[in-house]
Amino acid sequence: MADVAIPRAKPQMSEDSAWTQLKHNRNWLGFWFMVPAMAFLIFFLAYPLGLGIWLSFTDTRIGRVGHFVATENYEWLWDDSIFWLSVFNTLLYTFVASALKFAIGLYLALLLNENMPFKAMLRAMVLIPFIVPTVLSALAFWWIFDSQFSIISWSLKHLGVINQNINFLGDTTWARICVIFANIWRGVPFVAITLLAGLQTVSPSLYEAATLDGATRWQNFRYITYPLLTPIIAVVMTFSVLFTFTDFQLIWAMTRGGPVNATHLMATLSYQRAIIAGQLGEGAAISSAMIPFLLAAIMVSWFGLQRRKWQQGESND
Amino acid sequence: MTDLPTRSIDLKAVLSGSSPTAAKDDHSEGMSYLQSVPRRIVTLYLPLAIIVVILLFPFYWMALTSVKPDEQLLDLDKYNPFWTWNPTFKHFHKLLFESYYPHWLWNTMYVAICATVLSIVASVFAAYAIVRLRYKGANLVGGLIFLAYLVPPSILFIPLATVVYQYGLFDSPLALILTYPTILIPFSTWLLMGYFKTIPFELEECALIDGASRWQILIKIVVPLAIPGLISAFIFCFTLCWNEFIYALTFLQSTSNKTVPVAIVNEFVDGDIYRWGSLMAGALAGSLPLVILYAFFVEHYVSAMTGAVKE
Repeated sequence: MADVAIPRAKPQMSEDSAWTQLKHNRNWLGFWFMVPAMAFLIFFLAYPLGLGIWLSFTDTRIGRVGHFVATENYEWLWDDSIFWLSVFNTLLYTFVASALKFAIGLYLALLLNENMPFKAMLRAMVLIPFIVPTVLSALAFWWIFDSQFSIISWSLKHLGVINQNINFLGDTTWARICVIFANIWRGVPFVAITLLAGLQTVSPSLYEAATLDGATRWQNFRYITYPLLTPIIAVVMTFSVLFTFTDFQLIWAMTRGGPVNATHLMATLSYQRAIIAGQLGEGAAISSAMIPFLLAAIMVSWFGLQRRKWQQGESND
Repeated sequence: MTDLPTRSIDLKAVLSGSSPTAAKDDHSEGMSYLQSVPRRIVTLYLPLAIIVVILLFPFYWMALTSVKPDEQLLDLDKYNPFWTWNPTFKHFHKLLFESYYPHWLWNTMYVAICATVLSIVASVFAAYAIVRLRYKGANLVGGLIFLAYLVPPSILFIPLATVVYQYGLFDSPLALILTYPTILIPFSTWLLMGYFKTIPFELEECALIDGASRWQILIKIVVPLAIPGLISAFIFCFTLCWNEFIYALTFLQSTSNKTVPVAIVNEFVDGDIYRWGSLMAGALAGSLPLVILYAFFVEHYVSAMTGAVKE
């Protein structure tokens, strides 16, 4: 039977048209399947990314085509104290907010991982700050931190802690504290819920075994929870650092960079210079200056945590 | 990963709180019985209550401000600021009938839905091609898409503004519909790749043997099986669109074209000392659609959030 079937099948195969063969070619099909996504990413992401770096070497303004000016924009920024202030602010903002988001987020995740009544509802409520658009919750903070009618000032006054209203968003130190607080408030739910997902993969029997061996709660955390969570912490913190560093909307809605540029981040400064003042070239230089910082931040949070994994003698997967 | 036993992340368990049942998997009961009640109150309920109150207070304050009459808003001494006995819907009325607010809501919704649908369609094809067609260089492309996820809008908005202007899209919703997918596609492709990987390969092989084309396999087998993943991706993308600010702020000019977040920040912030009521009403009305959506699809949200991270 087999002898008969094979000669019959053969001519059929060669009769396949070039079109049919192409239809079954993985690479050809794969190419067409990728076209829509790639078109978007190339025209609206890769091309603008390159264009942005090019713009930073020109003196383009809104409504005027620019000329190549080499590194003039960067030299200008190098001597610009406001730019350096914004770099300092961005680093401070990113460092403090990310560290606290991690600490509070991890603590909250550990709390939520316990057994308790209304657990599902609590977890769902915790995530709400992450769902609501940042700008809208930033406006609520703007109102809460109002200089005259702040509810915090009112409460503290009635508790007898202070005599005068705190000028939350008008004082440089307070303004920084307020925007960092708002950023932490918004970021903690994300960190907590993703870490909680990681925590749930840890089998409770590990803790029981460790406790039988005499481990304290801290040792349980340090030698079981933390090592098992490390991979997910690395990813979550990379994202957290990245989005904190490039934050724009929270600052724009709350302070617009004021008072006296104390809360200007690099993103808000580049918006102000490029779009409001119209100096596209200079703005592009500021946002391009973020790229090395971003790469460094990704490297530190990513490889820093990865290395710790190797040190513990684990495979790098 | 380690020699310690771990279970794979059970996304539904994260929110449904089913770890008591999970604990039973290995016939243990957990160790919460080791803690006395007073101790649990101090170490668990008290800190948790403080954190939850802080997390939710701004929303309470937003809601309260939006229904307070003006004179109570600014006179903190005569009235108790934490409550009001005569709520008013004046601010909402002003919002709905004396401003462009319905317009803005419609714009936001329109842009978010169009951009999300476009991105999901593009991502389904891309994710399927990367995971199942495995053409030459698929892994490299997958990595590049992940890198695209890490490119933040705040370094792209300046060159994108010039691009948008060149294409004649300035001040048109189309500018946002075409640029938002750059944020959404990397995320949803990555999420869907994870879902497609979980669909048994044998199903596709059967279909191939029965003579189905790749297109038929995708539409009739893979997509129906990935519906939960698609819902997660859709809702999350929709939220991201609604939340997006910097592109909308840069590319849109005229008042009637704006999206809710941009419009509230720009149009409501005038010198009026009584603006707070309508400002908070606007913020509340702009958040509610997302919160309602969230309430119905909590599990999908979490799986979208953790799904993109765990890859």
